[in-house]
Amino acid sequence: MFLSMFGAVESGIIYAIMALGVYLTFRILDFPDLTVDGSFVTGAAVAAISIIHGVPPIVASLLALVAGFLAGCITGLLHTKGKVNPLLSGILMMTALYSINLRILDKPTVSFFNETTFFKQVQSVWEKTGIDSLMNGLLSSVGLTQVPKTWAIIGVMLMITLIVKLLTDFFLKTEVGLALRATGDNKKMIRSFSANTDSLIILGVGLSNALVAFAGGLIAQHGGFADVGMGIGMIIIGLASVIIGEAIFGTKTIARATLAVIGGAIIYRMVVTLALRVDFLETGDMKLITAVLVIASLVLPNMLKSRKEKKRRSEKRLQIELRRKKEGVTDA
Amino acid sequence: MLKLQHLSVTFNENTPNEKKALKDINLSLKKGDFVTIIGSNGAGKSTLMNMVSGSLFPDVGDVFINGKQVVHLPEYKRARMIGRVFQDPMAGTAPTMTIEENLAIALSRCKKRRLTFGVTKKRRELFKAYLSKLNIGLENRLMTKVGFLSGGERQALSLLMATFTEPDILLLDEHTAALDPSRAELITQLTKELIETYELTTLMVTHNMQQAIDLGNRLIMMDKGEIILDISGEEKSKLTIEDLLAEFKRLRIEEFESDRALLV
Repeated sequence: MFLSMFGAVESGIIYAIMALGVYLTFRILDFPDLTVDGSFVTGAAVAAISIIHGVPPIVASLLALVAGFLAGCITGLLHTKGKVNPLLSGILMMTALYSINLRILDKPTVSFFNETTFFKQVQSVWEKTGIDSLMNGLLSSVGLTQVPKTWAIIGVMLMITLIVKLLTDFFLKTEVGLALRATGDNKKMIRSFSANTDSLIILGVGLSNALVAFAGGLIAQHGGFADVGMGIGMIIIGLASVIIGEAIFGTKTIARATLAVIGGAIIYRMVVTLALRVDFLETGDMKLITAVLVIASLVLPNMLKSRKEKKRRSEKRLQIELRRKKEGVTDA
Repeated sequence: MLKLQHLSVTFNENTPNEKKALKDINLSLKKGDFVTIIGSNGAGKSTLMNMVSGSLFPDVGDVFINGKQVVHLPEYKRARMIGRVFQDPMAGTAPTMTIEENLAIALSRCKKRRLTFGVTKKRRELFKAYLSKLNIGLENRLMTKVGFLSGGERQALSLLMATFTEPDILLLDEHTAALDPSRAELITQLTKELIETYELTTLMVTHNMQQAIDLGNRLIMMDKGEIILDISGEEKSKLTIEDLLAEFKRLRIEEFESDRALLV
């Protein structure tokens, strides 16, 4: 049980980078971008093939990021210069990327278990720090018999995701970032303040897909393979993370919202892991579970809010009635 | 400062809906001119404003700002020289962003946006000073999201955002029309003060004739895509609503008469 949860958190933190990308388009730009399903695989494919050809893993991961950025820019171009509807430009790009990804990989699945990946490199450095034995010692002292093999991935990913989050927070507060946010908020207004909304949309969708592809490259290195179908349903996982996170942690400031998205990505993984342990649910039910999760986090907060509001009103009415009774005033 | 030459535009040309929105408009504003524009719906007032701002392009004609030909420049490029307030109080600000973030966006209107913090401590002090001049308490609510402000407050903020960077041209498109009388009065007062402070060259469209008479140093009446009346200086200061209505009738009935003469 502990181990499967540990694994859920571990991959949740990597997927959180993808979710941050989805947050950029879906929330900041108000651009429902479906390129994600394709660009995630593009990232995985570019990282896998680069590593197999002897490119250092860190460089391979950055190449994945650049590939995603380019894919996103094309979606942005389709929408702004080609005047194609946002959903349709995403779908078109996603479809085109499927073939491109297959070209990059050359076959549906490429595995590279034996190659040196970013995580293997990190692990070899990590082992020397002695954190593993310390953490596992702590765990066994509280009575856990099964301890994780390594804390390296969770540790280093926590750091990388946090850096990505802080960079995103910073960017969204810069002059360019403010203009980008205003583009998603009120295009007419930001144009009257001399911002080129077309280039901002292209930049925003590009950055979003850069993060998605970066996450794809890391997931491929984590699992040791890249598969042309590994991106199917990725956008809905991203949306689930954003929506669940926002429902639980709130969105008062940008820093809070990006933290919420990371939290949402981890919680999503944990819930799915838990759900799959229920006897009658199978792996194939995962998409259904995701859909139900998203629906719940969209509908429940609204229901709770309206119930709270009703309660507040009935209490107010009760108070007034009591006061009237005390003063001896009757409606009659 | 602003010069429009032979501006003409026709919408839906060669269809039953064809509309000559502007017919050979010539207009020249000196620096510091404050021109009010009146006219019935469809007279071409908004089209004229959109020609200046660049959200619409003319079929023929030229637009010069500060001696520079801008007729080919897209809206976002011209916006460096133009401040604008819209009729809809929701249109001029970004609702999910805070007051200070909105002001920061307005501050970077005339320069290239960079990767440095939009809101800094120094800028916050500057914003506070500007906001306190509005006298509606916004200086204590810098971190409030603009979506929480009332229509009047949002319009006051829009007005400040459009003016405090001292644009070459200020465009006001019926910017008090959506407010209640007392708010409209406040915004009108602010408009006057801000334009005087920064000596802005202004074009203001309004449906309120009294406002058109009270404000500015020049008044233009438009009808069917043409400027039919242009009054300035002393003549304008003596103007009354009755005069305007009488003048409108005289000008248009004359035409009506001549049309009828043609029919007969």
